[in-house]
Amino acid sequence: MTKGQAISLQKNDGGSLTAVRMGLGWQAAPRRGLFGSRTREVDLDASAVLFADKQPVDVVFFRHLVSDDGSVRHTGDNLVGGVGQGGDDEAILVDLARIPVHIDQIVFTVNSFTGQTFQEVQNAFCRLVDETNGQELARYTLAGGGAYTAQIMAKVHRSGPGWSMTALGTPANGRTFQDLMPSILPHL
Amino acid sequence: MTAELVRGQNHPLSQARLEIRVSAGTPMVAAATLGDEQGKIHGVEWVAHPGAPTLPGLEVSKQAAADHRLAVDLDAMPEAVHRVSVLLALPMGVGGPTRFGAVPTPFVAVTGLDGAEVASYTVTGLEAESAVVALELYRRQGAWKVRAIGQGYADGLAGLFTDQGLPQAQQLAGSINEAVAQGMARSIPAPPPRTDGDRSRQTAAPALGPDQGGQASQGATGPVPPQTSPYGAQTPDGPGQPTPQPNSPYGTPAQGQPASQPPYQGGAGATDPGQTGTSGGPINYSHPRRQNAAPPPPPPTAPPAQPGQPAQPVAGDATGWSMDERLYNQVWGMFEDLARTTAAYRSAVDFAESRMDKELDQVLSDPRSRIGGQGDAAREAAQAKHTELVNQAREALDRDLAQLTAEAEVVEPALPPAYARWDNPVWHGYRVPMEIPMALRLGDLHLPESDRLRIPMLVRLPLERGLWIDSGRGSSLDGSFTDSHDLRRLAMETAVANAARLLAVYPAGEFTVHVIDPAGSGAQALAPLVQTGVLAAPPAVGAAGVADVLGRLTQRVDLVQMALRGGAPDSLPPGFDTSQQLLIVNDFPHGFDDRAVNQLRYLADEGPAVGVHLMMVADREEAAGYGPLLDPLWRALMRLTPVPDDHLADPWVGHAWTYEPSLVPPGSQVLQQVLSQVAAARTHYR
Repeated sequence: MTKGQAISLQKNDGGSLTAVRMGLGWQAAPRRGLFGSRTREVDLDASAVLFADKQPVDVVFFRHLVSDDGSVRHTGDNLVGGVGQGGDDEAILVDLARIPVHIDQIVFTVNSFTGQTFQEVQNAFCRLVDETNGQELARYTLAGGGAYTAQIMAKVHRSGPGWSMTALGTPANGRTFQDLMPSILPHL
Repeated sequence: MTAELVRGQNHPLSQARLEIRVSAGTPMVAAATLGDEQGKIHGVEWVAHPGAPTLPGLEVSKQAAADHRLAVDLDAMPEAVHRVSVLLALPMGVGGPTRFGAVPTPFVAVTGLDGAEVASYTVTGLEAESAVVALELYRRQGAWKVRAIGQGYADGLAGLFTDQGLPQAQQLAGSINEAVAQGMARSIPAPPPRTDGDRSRQTAAPALGPDQGGQASQGATGPVPPQTSPYGAQTPDGPGQPTPQPNSPYGTPAQGQPASQPPYQGGAGATDPGQTGTSGGPINYSHPRRQNAAPPPPPPTAPPAQPGQPAQPVAGDATGWSMDERLYNQVWGMFEDLARTTAAYRSAVDFAESRMDKELDQVLSDPRSRIGGQGDAAREAAQAKHTELVNQAREALDRDLAQLTAEAEVVEPALPPAYARWDNPVWHGYRVPMEIPMALRLGDLHLPESDRLRIPMLVRLPLERGLWIDSGRGSSLDGSFTDSHDLRRLAMETAVANAARLLAVYPAGEFTVHVIDPAGSGAQALAPLVQTGVLAAPPAVGAAGVADVLGRLTQRVDLVQMALRGGAPDSLPPGFDTSQQLLIVNDFPHGFDDRAVNQLRYLADEGPAVGVHLMMVADREEAAGYGPLLDPLWRALMRLTPVPDDHLADPWVGHAWTYEPSLVPPGSQVLQQVLSQVAAARTHYR
């Protein structure tokens, strides 16, 4: 999936998706030189911000793991990454059917909490999975990114009766989602 | 860029406006003290704490939390201030962990306003301490620096403040703990953490054959329709079984906090009462060999759902090692679902209203709207948008309520006595149990949006807090009970119904009830307890009676505590009654002198840990003469009301839930029947 591309979250058979998972995985880049095995830990954090009419209403991140309405759930903070060798290190589950009616956009972001830029992160990816059957709907890679510490990944928004997703892939800087708010707003 | 400090190390601070972020696994209090050149605090006004969160250049959080952000502006500090100490303390008197050794290690970071970390420090190596100076910001030759301290105090905040030269150290520490406890007293204890990421209520297991008739040790014995709930379905579930525990009465349900579990339920390994006792925790009163090691029977199966229809709800369709635990988890799941679905509805309605207000304001301020029908049209459009969104939200709420109501309709009849309403037929088939159930129903909870959907309010056993049945006319009552006499009678009936339930769900002889009724005004309500002979002794009357009962229970708490602290729980006198004790106090403070009041407070604070619980039936107004002396008492108890009252908060989103007591239906003899069986079983047991 490339930047700016939008996909509809309708199933091929016409039914719409009921639950999706935004997964995030990464590994710390090994150091150069001696003691190469001594990698520095990288803590990336996935967050989801829920908007109604361009106003942030709720946010799901490592300090607020479940949205008040229960429709968006973070599986928990991973401080080091790299556990699953390609699996998701952090995930946010979205139950599309249960999202309150006034929420029309959900923006997913990734921040480097420990401050390393994405240059120092290996094998970082972000993907959207159909939670009901495990099928990967979209994936894109963060690694090889530039000297920034955050990325606004994608937004899931209402379109007609269902939902669709747009890949944003906008680099930004910040430690948590609060720092990203100014960069998120133009994408709404 | 970031300096990871070790104890004693310092680091220069280039910015004056800073944020100090604290991350800890359990709720704790964050505070800060200001010191002069010698590090001395000059007075209580030099301490920022939850009771007084703001000082010039400094702001701390008003409550205990697992994460804190303290705002600091060093330029705004008075000239005399040379030192800012950042403190962490575990909240006292709320039943949580009281030593840093039992909680995850706190992490403290100094960051700039942009979030960039300047320095951080992990506060390691703490054990019995309950308060710690984590960091210190100090002035050195006109420039500020940060130093990692990590100095812990086993005697808590009082010791810490004393060390910093504050004369009123004790009082301040006390008032901080009170400010924190006040914030916590209103909330319903959080449920045990989920074993898996989500609830398994929607997943239907492939195996057939509901297990409700079976005993856990034998597994499923045959298909019984899930709608019937014979009492026998209550599988062994006492202490010693590896069930998930509530971490703390106020714990966040989010992440595991393994170290803070109450020590009585030590899992399969800690079955020896002596062993658990010597570790300093409360006595494990459970039978050492009475445990359930067999794998749990398979959960009842939901019939396959029709395509496009929600699955049929089934009672016991949740995780758990026994039917008891599954139903408990299911009820808590329904509680959470109702809280969240209502939160979604309220948030949508709020949003619709604020959007309409904004649009109407715009119409008003637009001069063009005064000409012709433009203004009216815009106004109607705004209202139509509001109505549409509210209708959509209501539709979603109704859909969820219908599903939860259907679930409640199958769950309610399947509940075992400990969880069931008094009008549930399961009480007519009552038999004295062999095991302590997991939880107890104290009443029903509901929200105004879903008046008919009642959630059983289940609290874990053994009780972690005493109960206070409020016989006063609270401000939130709707005025339908203006007769204070009626209210008192109802309060006493509520107390008796709850006490009878506790007696009935504990195995024979493992729960003892004492009553103090100084003026004998509760005689009518107490009749079922008195006539069936389930009380330890007739209700104590008069000042002498009060003194006698309180004296004996205080002595008991002392004795058990001494045995525990001395590491010798076996040294209790032979024949010592190890049952849980409940003291019902009617008409407080009538017949109470100062000594009795102090004993009562002691029982409220120290009793729950050694199995002595209070149930106060009282009007707080009447005890107002004692002044603030009794405030901690009321806060230590969970407040229940004899009539519906919306004073309880859920642990997820904090809605105000209306509590209604679980009373015996008028004219029913079920209480007498149940209590007669309890009395008979007790005679037999002796």
